[in-house]
Amino acid sequence: MPRRNDIHNILIIGSGPIVIGQACEFDYSGTQACRVLKAEGYRVVLANSNPATIMTDPDFADRTYIEPLTPEILAKIIEREKPDAVLPTLGGQTGLNLAMALYEKGLVGVPGTPELIGANAEAIATAEDRDKFKQAMIEIGLDVPRSGIAHDMTEAGKVLEEIGLPVIIRPAYILGGRGTGIANTMEEFAKLAQAGLDASPIKEILIETSIVGWKEYELEVMRDKADNCVIICSIENFDPMGVHTGDSITVAPAQTLSDVEYQRMRDAALACIRRVGVETGGSNVQFALNPANGDMVVIEMNPRVSRSSALASKATGFPIAKIAAKLAVGYTLDEIPNDITKMTPASFEPTIDYVVTKIPRWAFEKLPGTSGVLGTQMQSVGEAMAIGRTFPESLQKGLRSLEQGRLGLNCDPGEDLYASLDDAALLAKAAVATPERIFQVGEALRRGIGIDTVHDVTKIDPWFLDQMLMIVDERHALASVSVDSVSKSGMRRAKRLGFSDAQLAHLWSTGESDVRDRRESLGVVPTYKTVDTCSAEFAAQTPYHYSTYEDETEVRTSDRPRVIILGSGPNRIGQGIEFDYCCVHASFALRDAGFETVMVNCNPETVSTDYDTSDRLYFEPLTREDVLNVIAAETAAAGGTPPKVIVSLGGQTPLKLSGQIDAALIAGTSPHSIDLAEDREKWNQLCESLSIPQPPGGTAVTLDEAGAVAQRVGFPVLVRPSYVLGGRAMQIVHDMSALERAMEQLAADGSLGKEGGLSAERPVLIDRFLADATEVDVDAIRDHTGEVLIGGVMEHVEEAGVHSGDSACAIPPQTLPAWVVEVIHEYTSSIARALDVRGLINVQFAVLGTTVFVIEANPRASRTVPFVAKATGVPLAKVASRVMLGATLRELREEGLLTPPVSGGHVSVKEAVLPFNRFPEVDTALGPEMRSTGEVMGIDKTFGRAFVKSQTAAGTVLPSSGTVFLSLNDGDKPAGLVVARRLRALGLGIAATTGTAAYLQKFGVTVDRVVGKLSEIEGSSMDNAVELVAQGEITFVVNTPHGRGSREDGEAIRKAANSNRVSSVTTVEAALAAVNGLWEQRESDDEVCSLQEYHGR
Amino acid sequence: MSNNVQEIALVLEDGSVFEGEAIGHEPESGIAAGEVVFNTTMTGYQEVISDPSYAGQIITFTTAHVGNYGTTGVDSESRGTFARGVIVRDLARRRSSWRSEEDLDVMLKTHGLPGVAGLDTRRLTRLLRDSGSLRGAFGTAAEGDLLAAARAETGTSGVDLVSQVTTPAPYTYGDGRFSVVAYDFGIKTTILRCLSDIAHVTVVPAHTSAEEVLAMSPDGVFLSNGPGDPEMVLDATRNIRNIVEAGIPTFGICLGHQLLSRAFDGHTFKLPFGHHGGNHPVRHLATGTVEITSQNHNFCVDPDSLSSVADITHVNLNDNTNEGMRLKKHRAFSVQYHPEAGPGPHDSRYLFAQFEELMEGK
Repeated sequence: MPRRNDIHNILIIGSGPIVIGQACEFDYSGTQACRVLKAEGYRVVLANSNPATIMTDPDFADRTYIEPLTPEILAKIIEREKPDAVLPTLGGQTGLNLAMALYEKGLVGVPGTPELIGANAEAIATAEDRDKFKQAMIEIGLDVPRSGIAHDMTEAGKVLEEIGLPVIIRPAYILGGRGTGIANTMEEFAKLAQAGLDASPIKEILIETSIVGWKEYELEVMRDKADNCVIICSIENFDPMGVHTGDSITVAPAQTLSDVEYQRMRDAALACIRRVGVETGGSNVQFALNPANGDMVVIEMNPRVSRSSALASKATGFPIAKIAAKLAVGYTLDEIPNDITKMTPASFEPTIDYVVTKIPRWAFEKLPGTSGVLGTQMQSVGEAMAIGRTFPESLQKGLRSLEQGRLGLNCDPGEDLYASLDDAALLAKAAVATPERIFQVGEALRRGIGIDTVHDVTKIDPWFLDQMLMIVDERHALASVSVDSVSKSGMRRAKRLGFSDAQLAHLWSTGESDVRDRRESLGVVPTYKTVDTCSAEFAAQTPYHYSTYEDETEVRTSDRPRVIILGSGPNRIGQGIEFDYCCVHASFALRDAGFETVMVNCNPETVSTDYDTSDRLYFEPLTREDVLNVIAAETAAAGGTPPKVIVSLGGQTPLKLSGQIDAALIAGTSPHSIDLAEDREKWNQLCESLSIPQPPGGTAVTLDEAGAVAQRVGFPVLVRPSYVLGGRAMQIVHDMSALERAMEQLAADGSLGKEGGLSAERPVLIDRFLADATEVDVDAIRDHTGEVLIGGVMEHVEEAGVHSGDSACAIPPQTLPAWVVEVIHEYTSSIARALDVRGLINVQFAVLGTTVFVIEANPRASRTVPFVAKATGVPLAKVASRVMLGATLRELREEGLLTPPVSGGHVSVKEAVLPFNRFPEVDTALGPEMRSTGEVMGIDKTFGRAFVKSQTAAGTVLPSSGTVFLSLNDGDKPAGLVVARRLRALGLGIAATTGTAAYLQKFGVTVDRVVGKLSEIEGSSMDNAVELVAQGEITFVVNTPHGRGSREDGEAIRKAANSNRVSSVTTVEAALAAVNGLWEQRESDDEVCSLQEYHGR
Repeated sequence: MSNNVQEIALVLEDGSVFEGEAIGHEPESGIAAGEVVFNTTMTGYQEVISDPSYAGQIITFTTAHVGNYGTTGVDSESRGTFARGVIVRDLARRRSSWRSEEDLDVMLKTHGLPGVAGLDTRRLTRLLRDSGSLRGAFGTAAEGDLLAAARAETGTSGVDLVSQVTTPAPYTYGDGRFSVVAYDFGIKTTILRCLSDIAHVTVVPAHTSAEEVLAMSPDGVFLSNGPGDPEMVLDATRNIRNIVEAGIPTFGICLGHQLLSRAFDGHTFKLPFGHHGGNHPVRHLATGTVEITSQNHNFCVDPDSLSSVADITHVNLNDNTNEGMRLKKHRAFSVQYHPEAGPGPHDSRYLFAQFEELMEGK
């Protein structure tokens, strides 16, 4: 069944901003789909609001709409582009939900409208509607967890009779799973059911068979039009049921299933995809298995490409999204060749000869107030994947890939945390699933607590525990030797169990380099094996490698010039897809320019870890040891000629390694210059010599030093650690006692080796905080002839003090006078020259009155590079990577890669997307520590319209009716007055706190409701803002924080807004931009326009 | 653990040496030798190890961890093991499964099967893939002795292995509605289980004559899988031809497919490194659909040699080799792969229903 010729024009729906639960994996799948469909000759129209994605690069589609992903906007795109088909299964849950919304409006999937390909509306509904799904599974003879709903104890008793103990009880309409509990006995049931009924505002509880502690599995299934079905990968969760699979450590292939059990699961997965009716493409089916008797239930199925399918693709080498796109346009699996072998068809089931371990990464440290306990809602922000020949090796590689200061499964400074716990306390901690549990389990095993005991407490399968015990046993053996006395076989055994040189150095109280030297002198060096989908049964054409300690290495030799690009590791707040975009663009550009490109990364979600992005892919941790090993392997494969290494495109991760790599190999700006920008004293001198003003400040290692700096420059001060991204641990400090707390925390982090920790080599930076300044970001490129290209000048919407990553910003600047922008150009060029930059530089400025202060400069790719590229049409990352390898801007202009920026006619606004809806207990006020997980972009003819689009895209619902609540600090009140006037003119009601209301009333603005502060309303009849929000009386909240200390009121209101899904803004600047935009929208409706049109292509 | 590990070597006929650790049974001679093959299945090590078709062979598992879920009696595919040895990257120290009865290592010891763990099985697999199956030997003996032992091996071509594995005496299995005589060339228990759903089965030794079988007036005859070279199962082809020409519905699997083909003048030849795994795509030509199949064979039928007597029914999509045929003039069909699975996917179990229909006279 070949390619369909009855469709020509296909709309692909992307997944929008990176949020928890929906990350780069959908850029990976969407990018693959765009490439495949374009190559097949279809006209591809893409809609996605996320500018940091590779898929929204204008080369990947014929028409790219960076527009808010709402049904209304998509309807406009459909009206304009008239696609024949809509492919919704590669854009995550967002894509599916939008497809269903459009279907319900009769705009797709019904006669006379674009066809839904991949999955039709009925299949989506069957998989997504819990009741329909359960019914469907029962129909085909599969078990599902039984459940029932009760409104009182009598009903609860009836439900229990039907399903039997143990049960899990969940009160309805309670956020964050509060009140949820597991009842194993009748007494517990009576207590929990009553408590649940009391807790639920609608007096309703869900009672479900408890399968907590069961083993959890996933199968990735693909199906084509001819009903051929294959399993791509089996995945076993290390963490048993009870922890969301996205928050679980997972392992591929499944390790503890016999063939009898596996085939039963396989049969069930195939029956499931057939019954649900996914016609073509990939799906993922989750199962739980009772470890006591093998009982199996189906948990859920996703009728689309998912996070797990990205993992399965990277774990096996089978490109699920690419194949899914081909299947969607009519091909069958047997018509598609297996990319990796080229000789065999895609209609097979990959078999692997290694073990893959995925470990999530969380950001609880950035979200004060969160419990850090893992549960049924996903909370992780990223993940690392590691490949090893055995589970112990891949587990240890995975743990060091996380870059959280841990060197593997303990045997590092981080394990000191457990020293103070006795066995009982340790086990009590391990009983609760948290990010630390894996290490606690390792510690328990090290103390000799038996596997059975640990299993009883954690329900982690004994096989996994025994594999961990092998690591622990080896550690005991290693402890009896030293770096000098360890034998070759001892060293080899340690490396085969995944021990890092750094762990051995810790164990032997020596330096990592000493371990490396000793290891190399013993001849224990890694080999590189290939991920080939077939366990070496057929010759692989695609060089996708991982390290392990075996006999034979498979890296092919060649004599072309090589460039290693170091990626950015697991996604985290502050370092995400933007850097992957830069790395991928570098790989594309350098490949085109004739280099052999080599990618090193350990993030399974990304495009950079797609095996055909680069000439070679090493799926490896980004640590000194692993990176030096790759450099050595590449040098050997090139007959002794070392490669060039790019460290400045993957964010802080590779940048931190720059000092560890031979400086001669580093492409672009020298490590010396990188250090110059990072070293506070040298940087101060440089700015002084350039006559560029800086806010006064200094560095400190001790509290006394910090106090002295603060006294000298005056409070408030901005305190930040060096060598971090995303403002980790950055805060604005108003007084001495707060400074004390800040320094203590940083010192504690430092002693545990945590990111951003304070140490003698990494002092804390303390600067005078410039309140009310306007922040400006600049991305620029300088080549070796000294020419500087200003890529983009971004003016932040929020004032200084809000982290640039959390702030909205606009290109071109909206309020800065032309001469200020010119000064910023001058300063940027001058700094780039002084740092002898070869490639990208990002400079941050604060404009206060007529003074332009430089805050910091980073000679590396910044988070805003993709946004600037989308706004201006200049492929900054591509240009920069070429410049780093010696090309001049002039040459690139002549070549046609570098074109003049597109300006005039449109304004681009980037807005941050914050994870607060997942964390109702967290204050949503923005600050100097970045907390956004992703970003969106709004483009339109005016700033107001572009800003409104950016808000809509970010999920902020701007008010069109009802009452807006205003609570402003004194400094914000004049701007607030303007906001209030506009709101009135838009026909909206106003509620305000006493102070704000009094101010507005002075200027004659009517305030409909005056709301008391929490402290004022006690005993009075004044309205309570929290209650108003909870009662749905408020449609929008403008609440600006009042500095540190007295912010409890604001915090309560913001939290109430967050948990009641009422949108809020926490800066008056954002409120102004929003009302202006709404005002313009009232005059004429939004229009959509593609990037290609904006760029004049 | 490191202190009780016995380091041993695997030596191949080409002189390649692999270092590993002894597992399972320790042969008194210090040498285990045979034809080294690899199997790419990720589950079902017990079924593979107990499959009589591996007689004369040393099985290399490409999957990293083996032994994780232990072993259990019902998963064995025969009364014992017939392979010469097993090679794994990692043997589990501790098993974990509610089904398991004992450790894999115990099973190996019980059945006298030697093994080697910890070696670079991927390097070995790549070597076998590139040079074809190789004879090899492993054990505590000196490398020179191992090399000599490897080279002294006869391999599986031109050797009668079936008589080593076939049942010494007939026995019956199951109580389905038809009566089926199953030739045991090395029959797997899962096949018997599948047949027992439709028939009461009389399993007979490989050398049983056609006359004896016909005297039982069966509704159908089944030709089982088995080890080695089909040319060496000497009187089987004549017996099979007589049975088929007597009009008895006949179904063959694996070696049974090769023998049925040879009975009607088909040719067989040896593949470079065979098919051993659970993921091979096979096209069912009648429907065009693809089945994911379990495979275990080194020899293969040349489809051109069958063109006048049989219709080709199944083709392997990886290398286009023959996977199944149906005789034009007789009620007989056979497949090269393993529709019964055990281990492997169940996509092809419909073939047993097809056999049932053939016996019903449909």
